[in-house]
Amino acid sequence: MISRLFDVIARRIDGPLMVALVLCLALGLTVVYSASGGGSFDRVLGQARNMAVAIAALWVVANIPPQALMRLAVPAYAAGLALLVGVALFGEVRNGARRWLNLGFTTIQPSEIMKIAVPLMLAWYFQRHEEGLRLRDYAVAVVLLALPVGLILRQPDLGTGLLIFASGFFVIFLAGLSWKLIFGLGAAGLASLPVLWGLLHDYQRRRVLTLLDPMEDPLGAGYHIIQSTIAIGSGGVLGKGWLNGTQAQLDFVPERSTDFILAVYGEEFGLAGIGLLLVLYLVVIGRGLMIAANASTLFARLTAGAVTLTFFIYAFVNMGMVSGILPVVGVPLPLISYGGTALLTMLVGFGILMSISTHKQLVSS
Amino acid sequence: MVGQALRDPRRELTVFRSRLTVAGLVALACIGVLASRFVWLQVIQREHYHTLAEANRISVVPVVPNRGIIVDRHGEVLAANYSAYTLEITPSKVAHVDRAIDELATVIEVSARDRRRFKRLQEESKNFESLPIRTRLTEQEVARFAVNRFRFPGFEIKARLFRSYPHGEVASHAIGYIGRINEADVRRIDAAGLSTNYKGTDHIGKLGIEGAYERELHGTTGSEQVEIDAGGRAIRALSRSEPQSGNNLQVTLDIKLQRVAEEAFQDYRGALVALDPKTGDVLALVSRPGFDPNLFVDGIDPVNWDALNNSPDKPLNNRALRGQYPPGSTIKPFMALAALHTGKRTPEFTISDPGHWMLPGVSRPFRDWKAGGHGMVNLHKSVVVSCDTYYYGLANDLGVDAIHRFMTPLGFGAKTGIDIDGELPGLQPSSEWKWNRFKQKWYAGDTISVGIGQGYWLATPLQLAAAVATLANGGTPVKPRLVRAVQDARTQELRELPVRTGEALPFKPEHLALVRAAMVDVTRPGGTAVRAAQGAPYLVAGKTGTAQVVGMKAGEKYDERKVKERHRDHALFIAYAPADDPKVALALLVENGGHGGSTAAPIAREVFDYALLGKRPERKQKLGDEEAESD
Repeated sequence: MISRLFDVIARRIDGPLMVALVLCLALGLTVVYSASGGGSFDRVLGQARNMAVAIAALWVVANIPPQALMRLAVPAYAAGLALLVGVALFGEVRNGARRWLNLGFTTIQPSEIMKIAVPLMLAWYFQRHEEGLRLRDYAVAVVLLALPVGLILRQPDLGTGLLIFASGFFVIFLAGLSWKLIFGLGAAGLASLPVLWGLLHDYQRRRVLTLLDPMEDPLGAGYHIIQSTIAIGSGGVLGKGWLNGTQAQLDFVPERSTDFILAVYGEEFGLAGIGLLLVLYLVVIGRGLMIAANASTLFARLTAGAVTLTFFIYAFVNMGMVSGILPVVGVPLPLISYGGTALLTMLVGFGILMSISTHKQLVSS
Repeated sequence: MVGQALRDPRRELTVFRSRLTVAGLVALACIGVLASRFVWLQVIQREHYHTLAEANRISVVPVVPNRGIIVDRHGEVLAANYSAYTLEITPSKVAHVDRAIDELATVIEVSARDRRRFKRLQEESKNFESLPIRTRLTEQEVARFAVNRFRFPGFEIKARLFRSYPHGEVASHAIGYIGRINEADVRRIDAAGLSTNYKGTDHIGKLGIEGAYERELHGTTGSEQVEIDAGGRAIRALSRSEPQSGNNLQVTLDIKLQRVAEEAFQDYRGALVALDPKTGDVLALVSRPGFDPNLFVDGIDPVNWDALNNSPDKPLNNRALRGQYPPGSTIKPFMALAALHTGKRTPEFTISDPGHWMLPGVSRPFRDWKAGGHGMVNLHKSVVVSCDTYYYGLANDLGVDAIHRFMTPLGFGAKTGIDIDGELPGLQPSSEWKWNRFKQKWYAGDTISVGIGQGYWLATPLQLAAAVATLANGGTPVKPRLVRAVQDARTQELRELPVRTGEALPFKPEHLALVRAAMVDVTRPGGTAVRAAQGAPYLVAGKTGTAQVVGMKAGEKYDERKVKERHRDHALFIAYAPADDPKVALALLVENGGHGGSTAAPIAREVFDYALLGKRPERKQKLGDEEAESD
């Protein structure tokens, strides 16, 4: 009886991936507790609730067969795009950016939906034209990608825009866009950097400049980077111990339970802790790539590959930013940072991966 | 081309897998980059970042010592500390300081004076220093601000010790004041190697006793190691070394006597120094007008500063130490002593005074202040009636260099060495001095004016007081002092400072007795300063004097009623009492006061009455009213 129940629950769950995810989440709770000052469980309980919701969503999505997911691609994309237009027209402005849409009962950030909808949509599109992918198809894919990315960049939300662009680009890349074109477009992109620079907002330019020389503005934009590198560096090999990070506990690390939580972790758990996290991330990425390589349809392959690589990009951008080798963009550390929305999106993505991983036998048979 | 290649599903899978492999390798490489970055930060650079983190976390905060207090000879407090709240602004943390102050004014009162003072402080300080906008906040004001504090980043309420001078203007020139440390002070502190001890201190003694005894009063700064958070708030103390309070000072002044002396001047400008003739202790040191030292404590505002600095009355000038006046006839007792000491005159030597004196070979007569002269005049009478003619002849017989040699040991022409700063030396002329100064030879005529304390001779009221004290104590020069004892802050032990007197001068007692007897008769009927002792139960020895403000042409008669108030002569008076056992010796000067006998002598009387009898003066007639005949 119990084994039957377990079977129902675990049937669509990919074992190795789930173990790595749960370990990451447990690590996250530990660090959130420390980052919220210790002594109060409010944040930890809140985050645990977020996790419960996100894991439930993962389970639900994992139980939806990939064909059904494919059918959801277009409606999800269309709805997301409509909401983004809605944001552009009626969105709420918070902290100088128009990212939220008030639906009356709740406010949502439609760009979050797009993190899933864009790779699904592009994978759907390539699957539809599987029989003969032409240059025109890639062009259409680029337009499908450019629409939401453009809207998000206008909000302005450079970080999310670039990440969604990356998730879509991975689909196109994995679908086989020729290297010539990739390098050609890359070169064109580099050439247009000065133009893009002109389009950036002042605060975005400052972030890039600050990365080049944090001491330029040590109390302003450079403060984040300086303090987080001090926190990580002073942690040493073994760290200062849980709850004992002076940089973290005395408030020197800004946004320490969200975007900069890695600084708290690195200070208190040292290089050893960071090594553990990197290994867990590698397990997640490796398992995701395996699922993608063994998926049975083009849609499944592209989606699985894109979700995995997007996860990697999240982790890389956040860790690069906190350790001072990438500009400060508002990206949380996946599976660790406090916050519900990003976690939900992330685990829904892994739900798709698990669905692909566990349904393929049925599909192929 | 692309499409062609992808028709074959197996081919398609191969392409996908190769792309996936590329992506995987790129991801691996990126994670490798991250890993090496963390190794760089956490292993190779670990020491560097550890140091930075400690520097972030630990802050050494100076703990400012309490400044020593100042009490008078009877223990009455003259300068004390009190704790009060100030509201301070760190300009570098405030975007629009003026606008923020406007907003503050809607919460608590900010007067125009506060704003002016703040402006001035801002100009003098670096913008990361915390500067007071309001001082002495009431409890209600503190509460009102606290409620609104979120509106005022960069503003902070601080509890601080303030200096207060409970007697205000009284004795302000002696006590001095403290003020905010300025750049010149910082340079002095650095040069003295004291900058560590002044970390956290923002006030320093500027003038008077507060300035001269800064080292005693300041104390030793302690320190506290505190752990701070990113906002700079102290979280907990890690270790603390206690500050050592400054030492307390007991001064020689009697503040009640001081007040009597200051009030005796009524509206006149002038100066007075009263000494204990045996020790040189300064019992009263007056320079009128004074100023309120409390104005300087939290930074004086420009309006008050301009008023003090530009007033024609020069209230900031310490006339007792820095006023250099011709001493006039007050030097006649010393000249008489010189005459006896050098043997140029015997007590019996008598002249017949026609009211003027002729220098051989010079047609211009030197006039006596009294037209027609004083008749037959010997040494005693020359002092009592202040006969100029007698001293013209005496000066001529002595010569300027003999006068210089005699007067210098009495303290003329040099600083007395009083224990506060700013004293000026006056001038005791000599032929050598004139040659060095003007490259001119000394003329016999120059000596004649010096004989009656005019010409080049300049003295400060403090010098005159010290010289009188020497006469009063039988010939021992005294060094005036304002601080008599230092109370150690740690042990509470009162350490008396040594009395500093010079070697007794070789005056013959009978010569001194002659001069002193003549000075007693000055204050008796027939003398020039009857008002100094009329009806007093003690004897006063004194001598009046007049210092010319405007030089007169030869033969011109000085008419008091004709000259403008500011051009009227200064009135001088030196005295000691009781004459038979001197307790108080004083010198005083009333600027534009006219005659010493009518304006200056009554002031001395009030001082003696209080000092010797404890008698406070009843409100009396205005100074100088009585038409007295004297010089």
